[in-house]
Amino acid sequence: MSLPEKLRPKFWNHVPRNVSKSKDQFNFRRIWNLAVLLTAGVALVPLTIMTVIHYQVTQNAIESEINNHTYRLVRNTWGTVSYFLDERRTVLDLIAQDTTFEELNDPARLSAILKNLKRRPGGLVDLGVINSSGRQTAYVGPYKLMNVDYSDQKWFKEVMERGVYTSDLFLGFRNIPHIVIAGKYGLTDGSSYVLRATLDIDMINKALYRLELSGFGDAFIINREGILQTPSRYHGEVLDKISLSIPIYSSKAQVVNDKDPKGEPLIVGHAYIPDTPFILMIVQKKDELMKPWYKIRMELIWFLVISITVILLVTLGVVTYLVNRIYVADQERAMSLHHMEYSNRLASIGRLAAGVAHEINNPLAIINEKAGLIKDMFTYKEMYSEDKKLIGLVDSIISSVDRCGTITKRLLGFARHMDVSIQPVNLGEVIHEVLGFLEKEAEYRSITVSVDVPDDIPQFESDRGKLQQIFLNLVNNAFAAMEEGGRLDIKARRKDEDSISATVSDTGCGIPKADFERIFCPFFSTKTKKGGTGLGLSITCGLVQEIGGDIDVHSEVGKGTSFVITLPLKRKKERK
Amino acid sequence: MRILLVDDERELVSTLAERLSFRGIDADWVTSGEDALKKVEAETYDLAVLDVKMPRISGIKLKDMLKAKYPDMKFIFMTGHGSEEDFRAGSASAYYLVKPIGIEALVSKINEALALDT
Repeated sequence: MSLPEKLRPKFWNHVPRNVSKSKDQFNFRRIWNLAVLLTAGVALVPLTIMTVIHYQVTQNAIESEINNHTYRLVRNTWGTVSYFLDERRTVLDLIAQDTTFEELNDPARLSAILKNLKRRPGGLVDLGVINSSGRQTAYVGPYKLMNVDYSDQKWFKEVMERGVYTSDLFLGFRNIPHIVIAGKYGLTDGSSYVLRATLDIDMINKALYRLELSGFGDAFIINREGILQTPSRYHGEVLDKISLSIPIYSSKAQVVNDKDPKGEPLIVGHAYIPDTPFILMIVQKKDELMKPWYKIRMELIWFLVISITVILLVTLGVVTYLVNRIYVADQERAMSLHHMEYSNRLASIGRLAAGVAHEINNPLAIINEKAGLIKDMFTYKEMYSEDKKLIGLVDSIISSVDRCGTITKRLLGFARHMDVSIQPVNLGEVIHEVLGFLEKEAEYRSITVSVDVPDDIPQFESDRGKLQQIFLNLVNNAFAAMEEGGRLDIKARRKDEDSISATVSDTGCGIPKADFERIFCPFFSTKTKKGGTGLGLSITCGLVQEIGGDIDVHSEVGKGTSFVITLPLKRKKERK
Repeated sequence: MRILLVDDERELVSTLAERLSFRGIDADWVTSGEDALKKVEAETYDLAVLDVKMPRISGIKLKDMLKAKYPDMKFIFMTGHGSEEDFRAGSASAYYLVKPIGIEALVSKINEALALDT
């Protein structure tokens, strides 16, 4: 038997019966399907919905937490960088306020100012003064820029126009990244000049570098063309062009989802630094940031899968068990109905037979006496001369009456035993009584019947009627299985102190091994088309159990079948 | 010895009486319990053969009535209905035969029952 067959419940292959009284009340497969669907549905639908909602809520919460975190980081860093640049510009403003244009054009004075400023970290590298026509009128610092004409330069035009200017990054001759800031300041005569300073932005680099970023995070500054202004960890060196897209201008810090060239999702926070060409960027790998969530998500999915499996298994198990119980109960109900019907029918037949036998007995007795009288007259009275032929005729009448008497007595005996329950029983008698009805059939079909009940089989207390039915059923079955010229053997043996066994064997068609388990099941029949109800053996089995015995079968296809009944000599409590 | 046969089947009981007389047994017959009760007033019987099932007074009842009057009387029952209850009721102090009965069986039962007496 394969595994699916083993797991398949009994009711699965149930064929609906169509016997009037035991008409199926249930469609077991439908009940099973419905129960499984409903039970599993009621349990699984809320579970799944809850899990999906939980999944989404948690995912959204974690994503927004990451975004917020990035946003705060961008804001803070943006503040730091802006502050740094603002501070430098303020320094220029202070110089312009504290110092007159003439003083600024004094190299010694300018040099002193620069020297003072250099004492502070992240200070100015050089300082220059440019008049309104674009000529550098004073300069202190490492470059030779005295008298350079900036009037054509773009930055000069910008500072003249807008008042402030911040340059892109450049590498000076010491190969240190610098930027230039410049401011326009008015003079009392209405003209203006420009203060220009070069800044060492190492401090910004350090500040960005020091940021604690998770998820392969990277913080750097680019200009509006996407050229890196500060070194980055993963997106190139200073003055390289970044491979990411340049964020669209926004006055506020923003966090967006992006992808790197490899397609890996990124979370990019950016902010435009006002009055400069700089954009602060904080780039983090989304997958890295989401790792804790992925772990929770995996756990959630596992929990869901295991829960669904457990729910389904339990549902299937419980529903199958219950439906099977209903099925078994229903089968038992149908069987007991049949059993009752069968016993009732048998009892009415018995009563009918007894009535007929009784009615016939009286005329039979009269025939008997009249014929006996004729015989007596021939025998005792001289006046009726002895006529051998007449005596022969009378004898044959008397012997026929005797035969009729035997039949009616047997019928009466049989019917009478059906009412009585427990009494001392002689097994041999019961078997002969049963065979009495079937002798003729056996004779017609040339079936040899042999009965072997040895003397050591004692009388025992049992239900005679049930025993009769058992043997009647078994012998009938044997007859049905045999062709003409078969052989029926009934043997009784003392099994042990407390039990005897009776074997009914035939030389009939036999039972296939596959059917062994099912022959005692109600409604199993190979003769359904010939009017078999499939109840004979199940009723027999039930009767044997009712009188405390056991029934077993040995059979070989084509050779014959033996039914072995084991009966207790001492009656146990009757099983219901 | 005198024997009374009681059975509602006249044909049966009369023939039976005649057959017994061939065998040297003097038997009277009646066809009902009432007649039997009248009959025993007039004559003395050693033994009564009773049909169990008769209209009005059944054989069992009749036996009890007769037994009360004549404690020495013996009884043999005949029945067309071999029921266990009848058997138990009759078997206490009598014999029991199922119809159709063999005349030889009846004779031997009669002899047996009367022999017990002596």
